[in-house]
Amino acid sequence: MSVNLAIAIWRYRGFILGSVKRDFQSRYQNSLLGAAWAVVQPLAMIVVYTVIFAEMMRTRLPGTSGTFSYSIYLCSGLLTWGLFSEIVMRGQGVFLDNGNMIKKLNFPRICLPAISVLNALVNFSITFAIFIAFLLLTRSFPGLVVLSALPVLIVQIGFATGLGIIAGVLNVFFRDVGQFIGILLQFWFWFTPIVYSTASLAPAARNLIGFNPMEPIAQAYQGIFVYGRAPDWSRIFPVAVMALILCVGGLWLFRRRAGEMVDEL
Amino acid sequence: MGDIHVNGLGKAYKRYPNQWSRLLEWVLPFGLRRHELTWVLEDIDFHLRAGEAVGIVGCNGAGKSTLLKMLAGTVRPTCGEIAIGGRVAAMLELGMGFHPDFTGRQNAVMNGQLLGLSVEEINELMPDIEEFAEIGEYIDLPVRTYSSGMQMRLAFSVATAKRPDILIVDEALSVGDSYFQHKSFERIRAFRKAGTTLLIVSHDRYAIQTVCDRAILLDQGRICMQGEPVDVLDYYNALMAERDFKTVRQTVLVDGRVATVSGTGEATITDVQLLDAKGSAADAVAVGEKLCLKISVRTASVVPRLVLGFMIKDRLGQCIYGINTHRLDRPLLDMADGDVATYEFRFEAALGKGSYSVSLSLSREDSHIDKNYEWRDNALIFHVYNNGKEDFVGCNWLDAKVDVRRNGCQVLRAGANHNAPG
Repeated sequence: MSVNLAIAIWRYRGFILGSVKRDFQSRYQNSLLGAAWAVVQPLAMIVVYTVIFAEMMRTRLPGTSGTFSYSIYLCSGLLTWGLFSEIVMRGQGVFLDNGNMIKKLNFPRICLPAISVLNALVNFSITFAIFIAFLLLTRSFPGLVVLSALPVLIVQIGFATGLGIIAGVLNVFFRDVGQFIGILLQFWFWFTPIVYSTASLAPAARNLIGFNPMEPIAQAYQGIFVYGRAPDWSRIFPVAVMALILCVGGLWLFRRRAGEMVDEL
Repeated sequence: MGDIHVNGLGKAYKRYPNQWSRLLEWVLPFGLRRHELTWVLEDIDFHLRAGEAVGIVGCNGAGKSTLLKMLAGTVRPTCGEIAIGGRVAAMLELGMGFHPDFTGRQNAVMNGQLLGLSVEEINELMPDIEEFAEIGEYIDLPVRTYSSGMQMRLAFSVATAKRPDILIVDEALSVGDSYFQHKSFERIRAFRKAGTTLLIVSHDRYAIQTVCDRAILLDQGRICMQGEPVDVLDYYNALMAERDFKTVRQTVLVDGRVATVSGTGEATITDVQLLDAKGSAADAVAVGEKLCLKISVRTASVVPRLVLGFMIKDRLGQCIYGINTHRLDRPLLDMADGDVATYEFRFEAALGKGSYSVSLSLSREDSHIDKNYEWRDNALIFHVYNNGKEDFVGCNWLDAKVDVRRNGCQVLRAGANHNAPG
């Protein structure tokens, strides 16, 4: 079944890539600065965090000495969380928002989630490139170990995509899902050590947070970018399995409910 | 290629009493069925050969659009099967997926890809698309600056840029102005000649009669009639007037036309005759001849108000002329059971040559939709021949006179000298 989906995506690659391009362009089409905004926005975010936490609040991570270590800690978790939540949020609305198109045009519907994931990835690559530039400028670049962030990213994207498709399909039948996902992501964000570190938590909370699949992911990024340390793969592996289950489950749900979905839109 | 086989097709939508029962049905593995099925289409069977053109008619909610969506492949059938040979292009909504901020050209490329064409194919077809849409330099301006007609023209051009094996059109033929409508009709006709099977849904009688070889009438989710477009449309009209089926009957006339009669029957037409100037019944009349349409009516119960109307239609079913006694200010009031009325309409056969039919209606008010005692399509057929009048074209004899001057001098007949007196 996934072979058919893959073939469909390949056949419509022109449409998918075109849509991604169009979605990106449409956001900056009528602005003077154009795509520069795509760069300015994440840049502003990084500057704000650096100025506030590193300069004004003089927040320091325990066990590090660099001026920017806390803002690097913050950014490595925050930017990747941004990717995660964008994929899930886009996935949640992808079928509902394109309802009319799904009803009136016959094309492989799997293209729609593919477009939304790629869109999120485009945004993320720009943000991430700026982050890398920031690391280089502040002489905090951890070296070749950043390559180990790639498998972690893939696991995280897989997790988000599976979850997004499931939420997207369910949302067509139960609009509550869309509302719920927004709240869930908010709680999830604060339940993941992005702004704080696990070391600062009470032991009971630390045990509880161990059940959060995003916790090893966030920690892996922070380890790579702050300490230049490769991730603990044994902690990533279970998350990878979960991501796989979510993706397979999402595709299964999508295939099973695709026909009924059109009736509901 | 181009064949469509539809067997036992049906579509039902699930209806749950509320959202919670849907959730329960989903999560309880061996739970009860908590939904009810609402059938919108049932027992649909038909077969189209390649190159055939079929119009689907029916009132709102009859299931026409659902049927097209299933053929286009967006909606899944609940039961039955559809076998389609070849590439399908479905125009269920023109301009679907257009982005207002992008240029016509960019949108055309995207739209083409969405329809399953490759970028190379689209680039190849682009000159044709531009030429057919005739929107000039607007092609490179954002679509939001287009008028709605221009958007439709571009969308139609893209959707029909490559000849499909099967073309499905939903109410989209009324694209743009009449010039473009004509042009899109031409393109569809050309496709048909090349072997494209055509399926259209339209409320436009003219569109269906001129393009289609066959019409299918859907009523309440079932095929209620298939056949010649003219007959099906007459029947459909009768149905519209008379939602109660049983009063509509059709009989095949000698020349193969089908006479449709419907109505509640409080008054009926007992006789209809077309008389020529000498007062004898005629089925062929000359252009401009003085005619009398004589109609006898008998009531079968008390009728408070009776209006008789007649309508002359051409071969394609287009109305040429129609009038009734309401508009002529001669309604009959308070008729008793068994009353007989005779009507004589006098007019000149200011018609072009060809065959015409007369439809009659007996109603209470101006329109037969309100209260229809009897509606009779093809009550009478007559032919018009041109005998002695100049050989004109068209369906209306306007008896034009001409005054021609050459260098200021009147020309009286062909070849006359330019300085002829006058």
